[in-house]
Amino acid sequence: MTQQIIIYPLFLQIAISIILMFSWNNVRFQKIFSVIGSFLALILSFVVFYFIWTQGTQTVQAGTWPAPFGITFVADTFSATLVVLTALSGFAVSIYSAASVLNDRLKFGYFPIYHFLLLGLNGAFLTGDIFNLYVWFEIIIISSFVLITIGGEKAQLEGAVKYFTLNILASVIFLTAIAVLYGITGSLNMADLAGKVAAVENRGLVQITAILFMIGFGIKAGVFPLYFWLPASYHTPPFAVSAIFGGLLTKVGVYALIRVFTLIFTGDEFLNELLIIIAILTLVSGGVGALVQNNMRKVFSYLIICHIGYMIAGLGMFTQIAIAGAIFYLIHDIVVKTNLFMLSGLVYRLKGTNSMRALGGLYAQWPKISLLLFIPLFSLVGIPPLSGFWPKINLIKQGFGGDYYITVAAIIFASFVTLVIIAKLWAEVFWKDSQPLKLKENFGFFSKMTTLKKFQFVFPIALLSLVSLYIGFGAEHIQELSARIADELVNHQGYIDTVLHATK
Amino acid sequence: MEVLLALMVGILYAAGIYMMLRRSLVKLIIGIILIGNGANLLIFLLGRITKGSPPIIPENAKVLTEAFADPVPQALILTAIVISFGLQSFAIVLVKRAHTVVRTDDLDEMNATDEDS
Repeated sequence: MTQQIIIYPLFLQIAISIILMFSWNNVRFQKIFSVIGSFLALILSFVVFYFIWTQGTQTVQAGTWPAPFGITFVADTFSATLVVLTALSGFAVSIYSAASVLNDRLKFGYFPIYHFLLLGLNGAFLTGDIFNLYVWFEIIIISSFVLITIGGEKAQLEGAVKYFTLNILASVIFLTAIAVLYGITGSLNMADLAGKVAAVENRGLVQITAILFMIGFGIKAGVFPLYFWLPASYHTPPFAVSAIFGGLLTKVGVYALIRVFTLIFTGDEFLNELLIIIAILTLVSGGVGALVQNNMRKVFSYLIICHIGYMIAGLGMFTQIAIAGAIFYLIHDIVVKTNLFMLSGLVYRLKGTNSMRALGGLYAQWPKISLLLFIPLFSLVGIPPLSGFWPKINLIKQGFGGDYYITVAAIIFASFVTLVIIAKLWAEVFWKDSQPLKLKENFGFFSKMTTLKKFQFVFPIALLSLVSLYIGFGAEHIQELSARIADELVNHQGYIDTVLHATK
Repeated sequence: MEVLLALMVGILYAAGIYMMLRRSLVKLIIGIILIGNGANLLIFLLGRITKGSPPIIPENAKVLTEAFADPVPQALILTAIVISFGLQSFAIVLVKRAHTVVRTDDLDEMNATDEDS
């Protein structure tokens, strides 16, 4: 019965959404309740994580139909970790939204939809059934469509059309891949598929299916040739929405790639090489793209793409060390990217613009806030001992060990470009002399806010910065965690046995 | 029957992608609808078509011995249809709204988000 705890995060998010829907017009209540609910979700996610960490992989069979016939929920360490990270980012962005999103937008159901998005994310991480993964993906994208269009400004609608088209295309390709997979194996349960796909004799057909999955998830993750929707849309919605998108949405694609390519389509040289090539091109093109941008949010959008490359490279090398590096990077990236978009929102509130050319003198005006913003910016680069540094060691070590010299070169190039970009950003935004800016009317500048609102802006950034610092300074804990996840992913027999031979 | 359906799936995908590659927003929606239906039909086709033998077990037996129509793909299609219906209605409203705000039907003119700000 205690196994049921792994689906409680889903129930909690549904309950929060429904209660918020019944208080549609009471924005004040929505703000308070969303923050409380997210805090409860955070605590619950830690409980789930502790449970999985001590008890091992757990499954829940819906309606006690045994796998592979019923719908299965599985929580292994990987899922549990991502549930914790979702709850953490969700909590931070929930506080941030309460202060930064305009009340006019909140009246159109921002918070209920936001919690539906978190529900979809949790569901995608916890499901053990490939068709249900599709359904959770749809819940995520329909919520994200509403969030990206809420407010209906011109730029938002244009960004939304692009975001929408590519995401629907990704869903259709994903669905096609599921259809073909069902056609060749007759199963939908991921643990069951692992065995059945390995037994298929026509390897060409399996590779085609795998490539369809790769394209479907790749569009969502924003890998090399498929990412152009991302920098066209991620800077258009409110900052809080950008934060949760930047932190978590692309990472769901990465999660799905890692899950599918470590469990179902394993040990195929061609696919691994393809992943490596995609990773190299993603690292290079994302980094170069970020160099030429001037809007802070656009820079961060390109950096999302660039850094997806690290995780795909880790997956492509497909050894325990490399995957541990990818997982470590995933953990670090969710925290930092969420933080970066909240940071750009704070800068926007301080100065009224996000253009790096027009900004300047932030350090002279707000030294304490600047010092706080230093942590997420340079965690991203990974100046030792901040958090981005450690996973790259794993990747580079594996790269040299397995003769992936071009990959190592791309990783180092991307790190270097990131360093250049962040140094440029720091110089332009924080160190450059302050420039005269036109003061906007009717704009809620940070200095005019109440203390509570200021707190709501700064606290989430401080919270996630603290987590980044923990990832950096307590790297051995995260290393232990990601090593264990990588071990479970590479030696997936335990996962399969747990799902298929669960007693309940 | 299978060959006919396979051809149909191919035509729907091709037509859908062709329509999505047009610059008009309305054609984009038509493309999305066509390609969605193509995917549903593909699931149906790959679930193997068995004519006139529903998966119903006789009263005195425990398992089906004869060939039977697999109900799983039909359940999947049902789910996928509902989802794509929701997405399509959203798409139509979004495009209507985008058209009123941007005052154009041409995707190439929607480039405000790429401008340097």
